[in-house]
Order: sequence, then C-alpha cells, then structure tokens
Amino acid sequence: MKRLLKRGRVVDPANGIDGVYDVLIDGDRIATVGRDLPGDGATVVQIPKGFIVCPGFIDMHVHLREPGQEHKETVASGTAAAVAGGFTAVACMPNTTPINDNANVTAYILARAAEAGLARVYPIGAVSRGSKGELLADIAELKKSGCVAITDDGHPVATALLLRRAMEYAEMFGMPVIEHCEDPSLKGDGVAHEGYHAATLGLRGIPGACEALGVERGVLLSELTRSAFHVAHMSARASLRAVRKGKEAGVRVTCEVAPHHFTLTDESLVSPISYDTNVKMNPPLREAADRDAMLSGIADGSVDVIATDHAPHHYDEKKVEFDRAPFGIVGLETAVSLSLDRLVHTGVIRLPRLVELLSVNPARILGVAGGSLSPGTPADLTILAPDLQVRIEASRLRSRSNNTPFDNWQLRGGVAATFVGGRPLFVDPDAGLVV
Amino acid sequence: MSLPVIPNVNETPVVTALRRKDLLSIADLAPDEISLILDTAEAMKEIGLRPIKKVPALRGKTVVNLFFEASTRTRTSFEIAEKRLSADTLNIAAVSSSVAKGESLADTTLNLEAMQPDMIVLRHSSSGACHLLSRLCRSAIINAGDGMHEHPTQALLDAFTIRERKKRLAGLKVAIVGDLLHSRVLRSNIYLLTKMGADVWVCGPPTLMLTDVARFGVHATSTIDEAIADSDVIMLLRIQLERMEGAFLPSLREYFNVFGMTEARLRLARPNVIVMHPGPMNRGVEIASEVADGPYSVIHDQVANGVAVRMAVLYLLVGGVKHETAA
Repeated sequence: MKRLLKRGRVVDPANGIDGVYDVLIDGDRIATVGRDLPGDGATVVQIPKGFIVCPGFIDMHVHLREPGQEHKETVASGTAAAVAGGFTAVACMPNTTPINDNANVTAYILARAAEAGLARVYPIGAVSRGSKGELLADIAELKKSGCVAITDDGHPVATALLLRRAMEYAEMFGMPVIEHCEDPSLKGDGVAHEGYHAATLGLRGIPGACEALGVERGVLLSELTRSAFHVAHMSARASLRAVRKGKEAGVRVTCEVAPHHFTLTDESLVSPISYDTNVKMNPPLREAADRDAMLSGIADGSVDVIATDHAPHHYDEKKVEFDRAPFGIVGLETAVSLSLDRLVHTGVIRLPRLVELLSVNPARILGVAGGSLSPGTPADLTILAPDLQVRIEASRLRSRSNNTPFDNWQLRGGVAATFVGGRPLFVDPDAGLVV
Repeated sequence: MSLPVIPNVNETPVVTALRRKDLLSIADLAPDEISLILDTAEAMKEIGLRPIKKVPALRGKTVVNLFFEASTRTRTSFEIAEKRLSADTLNIAAVSSSVAKGESLADTTLNLEAMQPDMIVLRHSSSGACHLLSRLCRSAIINAGDGMHEHPTQALLDAFTIRERKKRLAGLKVAIVGDLLHSRVLRSNIYLLTKMGADVWVCGPPTLMLTDVARFGVHATSTIDEAIADSDVIMLLRIQLERMEGAFLPSLREYFNVFGMTEARLRLARPNVIVMHPGPMNRGVEIASEVADGPYSVIHDQVANGVAVRMAVLYLLVGGVKHETAA
C-alpha cells in the first residue's frame, strides 16, 4: 500500500530539508520526498497547513516496567502511550523485575513489543549482573539479543572501576554506556532538590553537585577509555558545565534532558499544592538557575536529546507520605506538547532543532534506524500540529499510570498523527488530520 | 486585638475566626489568627486553675490522637487539653495500629474517618503527612509535628510563654540555637516570630544550617556569642544523639564546647533573658544543667502553657463552630 502525504512542512534536518514537500510512503518504507509528487495509486493524505511532517520521535529513556511491575505499565500500555505522544520508538530501561541483564528478559520484552505492534522498542541492558554493581552482565549476549545500550539506571554504576570496564567493553559492540549520574553518599536520604523550598517543607535535600559529580566521573572515564558516554536525565547546571567542558575537549559525551527539567522548578514543591508526590522524581526538580541552564543547553546544542524518563507508578504507590513515595513521573504523552509550548513557541529553539533533539540525535546515539526521512528507511513519522490547543488530562492518558504534575495544563502544540512502519498507529481526532 | 473568647457553658459559643479547617502549619496563619489563638489560650489557661478543670466546649466531639512517633509531652498535653474541653478522645499509637500490618497512612486514616471523628491530631515522622491527611479527610487535622517540617502548637505555646513574660513579641531579639536543619520546632518558630515582628537570630554549625537561610527572614550565624548578645529570649533546640552519623558533628562534647548554653554565655544576653527548650533536653549537650534549672529557665512554663494553647486551637477549630448541644 502506498500513502502520499501532500504538502506538509517537512522538517528533516538529517537531509537538510525544511520546506513544503510531499512524502510518499510505500509499504513500510519512505519512497520519496519531493515537490508535487504524482498520486498514482497512493492514498492521498492532505496535510493541513502549518502541520509538520518529521522523522519519528525516539524516546531513549523510558521505563516500560515489564516484566514484573505490570501494575505500573506494560510494554503494550507503554507503547500505546508512546505513539499517542508522537514517539515511534522507545528505549526501555533494564530495571524491571527481574533486571534485564540477560537474553531471556530482552527476548521477552521484544516479544511483548511485537505482540503489541505499536511503537518500536529498543531494550537497554544492565551494565552489571542484577544491576548490583559487582560483575559485568553478559554484554555481548545482550547486544546479540537486541539491546542497544547498557545502563544500571535507577542508580549510578557502583564504582569508577566498573564504569570504566563497562565503557571499554561495550565500545567493542558500539554500545554507549548510559549513566544515571549521582554520588550516592551526597544523595543520602534526599527526596527533593536541596534548596529553599525543600528547606521550608522539611524535606531532605539532594544538591546539584550530587549529579554533577557523577557526570564529571563519567566524562573523565569516557576520556580515558575513548568510549561513548551518555548522561541520562540531566538536571543541574553544574552537570551541563561538565558536559560542555568534556565536549570542548573532544570527549565522546552526550546528554539528555527531560521535559520536566526544562519546564518546572522546585517551586512546584509548594505550589499549587505542597508535598505533591507527582513532583517527586530523581533527579529532582531544581531551582530556576538550573532550569534556565537546561534551556540554554538545549538552545546552544550542548544538550543532545530530549528524553522523558517516563516512570509510571501506580496511584497507590504515590498516595503516600512524600518521603515514602517512589521517584518518577510519566512523560511519554506530555513531552511533545511541552517541547512545542516551552521551547519552540517561546523561541528557545526552532523546529529543525527540536527534530534533532527528539529524533536525529537519539537515533544516532543508540545506533538505531530512524532520525531521517531518507528514501528506503522505515516509514516512521511524527506529524505535529504546532498550534493545536492541548489540555493534558491525567485520567485520559494511555499509560497505565497517571502520575503527572501536568494535569490540566493547557499547552500550545501537539501530535496530529504517528506513523510506524507506514501505519498510522495514532491519529488525534481533534487535530483535523484525515489519514 | 480581639477580646479573649471564653468558652463559657452559659454563653453561645462565638464562631471561630480561624479561616481554615485544619492547623497544618504556622506558615499558613495570618498574624491576626495567631493573636486570636494566643488570646484564646489566656482564657483557657484560667480553666486549668479552677477546682473543676472542665468545660463542655467540645462535648460530643470525637478527637483522635494519631501518633506515629513516640511522644510523651505533646500527646499528653493534647489529651489533657481535649479532656478539659470534654471531648471524647482516642489515642492510637503506631505500634498498636494496623500500620504494623503494612497498611498505608491513607487507608488507616480513611478507616478512622469512616467512624466520624471531628478532629485528628497527627504526629508523624514524614514531613507533609498531615497535608496528605488534610486532602483525604473531612475531619479537622491538627499537626502535632510532621517530620522536619513544622510543629505549630509548639511554636504557639512558645509564643504564649514569651508573651506572658515579655508582654509582647514584636521587637524582641530571639536567638534560636541548635540543630536547625532537622528541627520542625525551628521552622514553626521562625514563621511565627517573624510574622509577629520579632528579631529572630538562628545559630548552629554550618552542617546543620537551613538551606538558603537568608530567605527565611532571619539573621543566621554560627557564632553563638553574636546570636545571643543582648537577646531577650534564648531558645535551645535538641541535638539528636545520632547526628554524628551523617558527619554533622564530630562529638557531643565538641558541640557543647562550641554551642552549649552555659551560665557564662548567658551573661551576654539581656539581664532579664528567658531560656526556653521544647524538650526533651540533653543536659550537657545543648544546655548546661545550671541553666536548665536556673532562674532564667521557663521550660516548665512552656509545658504548662502547652495545655492552654492546645485547648485554644482545639476550640477554635472545632468548638467554635455552631453547637447542636443544648447546654
């Protein structure tokens, strides 16, 4: 089957394209991108004026929770959330039960993903066996079974030595090491950013230096091993400084920022309500200077990727005392609207840069398909309605969990449709696009 | 200043002027609400001096004292206050409750709530636990200390005690010395005293200082002599004995040498200074016994006033609303 997407604004920075073009999809592949392509035999999809056609978005930091924590999320519900949020692919973290440190768990996740038939799923394996920080996991086996990177996310890799070895070893397979950067002793029992608001509420603090120490360690080891090192969910301005320094020195370091870290600050601890466990995540919401630093890093290219750190938790788990609640919020279905509203419409970045952050760079860092609309590549596309008025409703999220601090937010810009392998797996009925 | 509201059996109760269902924090209170509580407490104190220490202000009201942390002073004080106001009271301690069976705070509370209490007095080790309850419950919630956050009735009884001695709060120099970081008593006192116009100085080692302390509207120093110089009130905070573990302090002995309140140090304060402590005290750590037992100490007044202040809070939150009782 052929589909011809007519006259959309095609933004494909990998091919230097930004203009009104037609995109011809043949089966599950992109056939051509060009002007006034003939419609012969193809289903013609008129792209409304102003809508953006771009390579599918890839969220490289997602917790799908399966196997073992299906009450929070499943591969099926998580990938449904992904396509609804404009993501054609997600990379899922290994902190499932059991940990994804072997081929069986990886194969299980991939089987569930194939069954669901929604967003593509790229498993990320554990650095260490059981993520315990002692022995390396069988990384070649993980690679062979489909893992695209390794991490002990949830925690930093336990020792500098183990992180060094993981980098050296994974480099053999071209896999980056993704690090949850944190100094455990400085984190202690902290539950919120160490600042004025946590002090007023009597919440134990986690300083930005706690994260930046982990970033510095990784950058130094990446330099030592000449291996690819990726900083997960960066939040602190000191971390950004370390990444910039590393990049200037030619170190192979990349980093991602989550939408909540470029949108919110620790003021959310007290407003609109105090002690909302849906503003508890790790790393925590930091102060305005950190949030602004994340925006500047996104604007100047120091930040490579926007990734959600989608961390679903059941409402029972969040409906507890603040210090007992688990860290994390869902992000797949809010990321694109937040990015359009807070980054594009405010003039922090322009659309081609957004596509780099959400598609080109995650594909490149993980070494996976996508990131461009080159002929012959899989027809994974995200179509944006940049002026659509979107109201976030936690109760209507496709995710099995609704732990978001953005409930009832009104945002400008949303996802009109998501195509994976040429199939329109999500179409927003309110956007006005008929596929 | 409004007149004291006296819960007299022969009078129609006056409608409360507290503009809230719960008492979660001092940070929420307006200065006139603080004054109202303190004025009401004066009338309540008189009840405690009567031969029959009981009035029917809370007759038919059910108050649950839900304590998830060990407490003798505060729990007893609330219970006496409730009984003097004729409330039906119920004490639940964490160890004897279903919490030991793994029930969540929300479920425990909703089960209690189903039995129609009018008020829940909560002590909990997690900051913000009473905010969670407040969102779940119809009952009025009184915060009897939540984690490191606030202990509002302690600050109110401290203010009452200061006002009793000094006849005012505005313009007094109040030095608060000790573990600032972990202290809920400190936070409530800072909010209350700064709202009422006192000049508040906080003092402790930098390891135990509040983050961004300047934004709290107080003077902060680690030099004890500077904090207590010409002070009208010195308030000492408890040093938890486990503070050596997070490397907050080298030793209790060293703490006493640098920050301990001794008679010699006391001479830097005003001659009529009062010394306060919310208890329980560590003699020889934050306070020398000679000071604790000396003429400047008002520590037992604080405890006595705690009952009156808690009566005032209970009354203004629940007793002040219209009664159905045919008194």
